[in-house]
Amino acid sequence: MAAVAVPRPSSRRKHLSRRFHRAGPLTYLFLILIAVGSLFPLYWSLVVASHDNSAVSAYPPVLTPGHELWHNIHRLFNSGEVNVSFWTALINSTIVAASVTAAVVFFSALAGFAFAKLRFRGSKALMLTIVATMLVPVQLGVIPLYIEMIHLGWVNRLPAVIAPNLVTAFGVFLMRQYIVGAVPNDLIDASRVDGCHTARVFWHVVLPAVRPAAAVLGLLTFMNTWNDFFWPLIVLSPRNPTVQVGVSTLASGYVEDYALVLTGTFISILPLLAVFIVLGKQIIGGIMQGAVKG
Amino acid sequence: MRNGTAIARVPAVRKTGRVRQRLRRLDVKASPYVYVAPFFLIFLAFGLFPLLYTAWVSLTDRNLLDPATQFVGLQNYTDLLHDSYFWNAVRNTLAIWVISTVPQLALALGLAHLLNTKLRARTLFRMSVVLPQVTSLVAVALIFSQLFGRDYGLINYVLGHLGFHHVYWEAGRFSSWIALSVMVMWRWTGYNALIYLAAMQAIPDDLYEAASIDGARPMRQFLHVTVPMLRPTIIFTVVISTIGGLQLFTEPYLFEPLHYGATGGSDRQYQTVAMYIYEKAFASSQFKFGYASAIAWCLFLLIAVISAVNFFIVRRIRSAE
Repeated sequence: MAAVAVPRPSSRRKHLSRRFHRAGPLTYLFLILIAVGSLFPLYWSLVVASHDNSAVSAYPPVLTPGHELWHNIHRLFNSGEVNVSFWTALINSTIVAASVTAAVVFFSALAGFAFAKLRFRGSKALMLTIVATMLVPVQLGVIPLYIEMIHLGWVNRLPAVIAPNLVTAFGVFLMRQYIVGAVPNDLIDASRVDGCHTARVFWHVVLPAVRPAAAVLGLLTFMNTWNDFFWPLIVLSPRNPTVQVGVSTLASGYVEDYALVLTGTFISILPLLAVFIVLGKQIIGGIMQGAVKG
Repeated sequence: MRNGTAIARVPAVRKTGRVRQRLRRLDVKASPYVYVAPFFLIFLAFGLFPLLYTAWVSLTDRNLLDPATQFVGLQNYTDLLHDSYFWNAVRNTLAIWVISTVPQLALALGLAHLLNTKLRARTLFRMSVVLPQVTSLVAVALIFSQLFGRDYGLINYVLGHLGFHHVYWEAGRFSSWIALSVMVMWRWTGYNALIYLAAMQAIPDDLYEAASIDGARPMRQFLHVTVPMLRPTIIFTVVISTIGGLQLFTEPYLFEPLHYGATGGSDRQYQTVAMYIYEKAFASSQFKFGYASAIAWCLFLLIAVISAVNFFIVRRIRSAE
């Protein structure tokens, strides 16, 4: 009974302290439903991946994980029945995502430093140009890009998927915003007085200071590169694929082996899930930061 | 120690000093340009140049299999105007874009509102909402294709239990659009909700104070304070969803069983423009680069026009107030 009396004063306080009103049971219900909806498809991929392919057509459907996961993984990596080399795919994706991430973080910090702390003619116009490029759908240039790759001899080779992604406008923008606030001007001036040339200032003062932003940018870049599909599909072949191309090739076999396809799918998202569970907070922070300033 | 050596070297310092000063000035002047150069060089080489070159290729009959390229003027474009497959792809793309974007952004707004409360396990909820964003497009497409399967898909199973008929999602025009929209929404709603949430938290407190002094209840506060203050953010998400949604490729490409044709179903019921580009240029060994470039350039114009219209509408709304 006492519970009935409680809502009144608290609802009045809610009224006065306006914005962050306490979440009611309905709010929790909705949020839990949405959380379940977000999780379920991933859980489902695990369920299918851990069963025999015949379980896919079971009626009623099986809703709990089975015991065949290792067997399916074994089939995926070792047997001749798979039309794509999954090892190659994993190694390729690791190489591509790692080199793209390193380059994006480095070049973004470099350019971000210039825009945040150095004075030069045209800096404002150049920064505006970079922001504007975010709105250009460059993916539509794939055909000439493919022709370029033919001339460079990079078709079906990893440089074709690395080189175009070495820089991102978002990265430069994020780094500029961060460096403006995180690196005090005094520190830069002091190191200049000490005789540091600009490159030394960058290396010894700026780079150590941008680590938190570099981590966020690195995470987001790694995710995006790992997940990229359209361009790798065009320029790479199933013989030398990235993970995404590999998984999609699995799904194009003439027998629909869902267990195998979703085992590949599950493995392809596993590294990102692991990263997300450990560093999810930072990823969320990165998305929200980019939003406010974007 | 250091002082000593410096004094001993005074004459040398004077000479090298001038060189140094010049070097130093060069360093200060040139460094910024060197630092921003990588972005512009790579963007020019692999972003802007290909995009512009697309316009040129679209005026030729370039074909990977035929080395002799001829200038054909606007031939590709006039062909395109009479190409019913192209118009079909435009229609599908626009429809899927609308069906996926409108409910998605509305849902994201509501979700952000729910997340913007005093919550227990706040981080956990936020994480579960962004989780789909971490999942690759390929994974989303393959998992959902299985869920939307005709005979053994879980969704049809549930529909059957609720007393509905099974739907052959992939075969129908409207049903395939719905299925694809669900995939898009699943991956992007949480991301947009987080963006809205970030913007909501930046709204100054006094606005809510003023509203509650005026007696506005939470729902009214949401409609009359939160939503108007979010307008720039809403524009941002609309523009981003337009650019992304009109280039939709992966989900419909992988929705098709055995997906090698990129035709978007047997009746092309869900072939998007990006898929049609892919079909003409790379799938089914046609390699019609000239024609595909014309399609790409039209899609580019379509995106530009729709973004401009969006912008214009939003400005009209603002000035009308």
